[in-house]
Amino acid sequence: MLTAEKVLDHYFLDARCMLIEIAALLDRFDRAAEARSGEIPAGIDRLDRIYQALTLLAERETTPNRSERLLNLFSDSA
Amino acid sequence: MQIIQPHYHGIARTAQDYERMAMSGVVAVAEPAFWAGFDRAYPETFVDYFRQISEFEPTRAAQYGIRHFCWVAVNPKEAENPALSQEVMRHMPAFFQKPTVLGVGEIGFHKTTPNEEAIFEAQLELAIRHDQLVLIHTPHLQDKVRGTRRTLEILRHHRIAPERVWIDHIEEHTIRDALAAGYWVGFTLYPITKCSPKRAVDMLELYGRERILVNSSADWGPSDPFTLQECILEYRRRGHTLQEAIEVFHNNPCRFLGQNPKFDIQPIQIIKE
Repeated sequence: MLTAEKVLDHYFLDARCMLIEIAALLDRFDRAAEARSGEIPAGIDRLDRIYQALTLLAERETTPNRSERLLNLFSDSA
Repeated sequence: MQIIQPHYHGIARTAQDYERMAMSGVVAVAEPAFWAGFDRAYPETFVDYFRQISEFEPTRAAQYGIRHFCWVAVNPKEAENPALSQEVMRHMPAFFQKPTVLGVGEIGFHKTTPNEEAIFEAQLELAIRHDQLVLIHTPHLQDKVRGTRRTLEILRHHRIAPERVWIDHIEEHTIRDALAAGYWVGFTLYPITKCSPKRAVDMLELYGRERILVNSSADWGPSDPFTLQECILEYRRRGHTLQEAIEVFHNNPCRFLGQNPKFDIQPIQIIKE
């Protein structure tokens, strides 16, 4: 298993890249939505789930099963 | 579609990359002088490197029908050695006479140190004296904002036409000032550490096509020459026309690089019958 420091060494840039991609996606959505003002896009609940996922990730003090909880968030309920 | 890869480090890539690029429509590449992954100890090593990219590499690319152009410079990282840099600069004017050398690049900042700045300015002046195009590298990651701001300050104090300067590795947080000042800007598509194809298309949609170059860099590190084709696919998938794609990925390199008459590839216009 890697040390905590090595985890940051190995994966910080990956995380930075993925976060910027998410930011760019949200910007892209907002610009597109603004261009069609007032119209609610189909499947808007998918955007809601992205924001729910980001809220979940923003909790620093939590249990280390974030991936599992995100996958459940993006799953159809049983 | 015909594509020009305006920033490509062929010496770090395989012949198979040239072959696959040719099959995907790449008709020309331009290779800036860059850091080899270690600091070189001798000026002569640079001279041989310049010979490699101005004499040998065009023959490799030509085997696949690709035109190969290049730039000569001391890169920002090795500019930390001023004595070596000055000696290398003494050899650069001879290379400006070569038939495929387009200008001075990549110069600029790595960590934005005083040594880097002195050599950056000296190479800028050399380019101005010899009427050469200029290609500027901006720093990676956390150093980018500071280095790009300082780059723009330095350029303001030199008498160089902004349209003859290409500031590369631009991202969302550095594009506005560089474009507003009249320079060409480049988006470098890297898997992790620079711009992504999707974000590059976002910026094209936000800022328009004028004075924008898109490239893969593609060197000895984690990089992929085909991120450029990924970007073209993304651009087309969003509904931009073939002619618009040609303007960005072929004609814009022709417009910037063609300011040096050695780069004689002309912009393409689709004619409907």
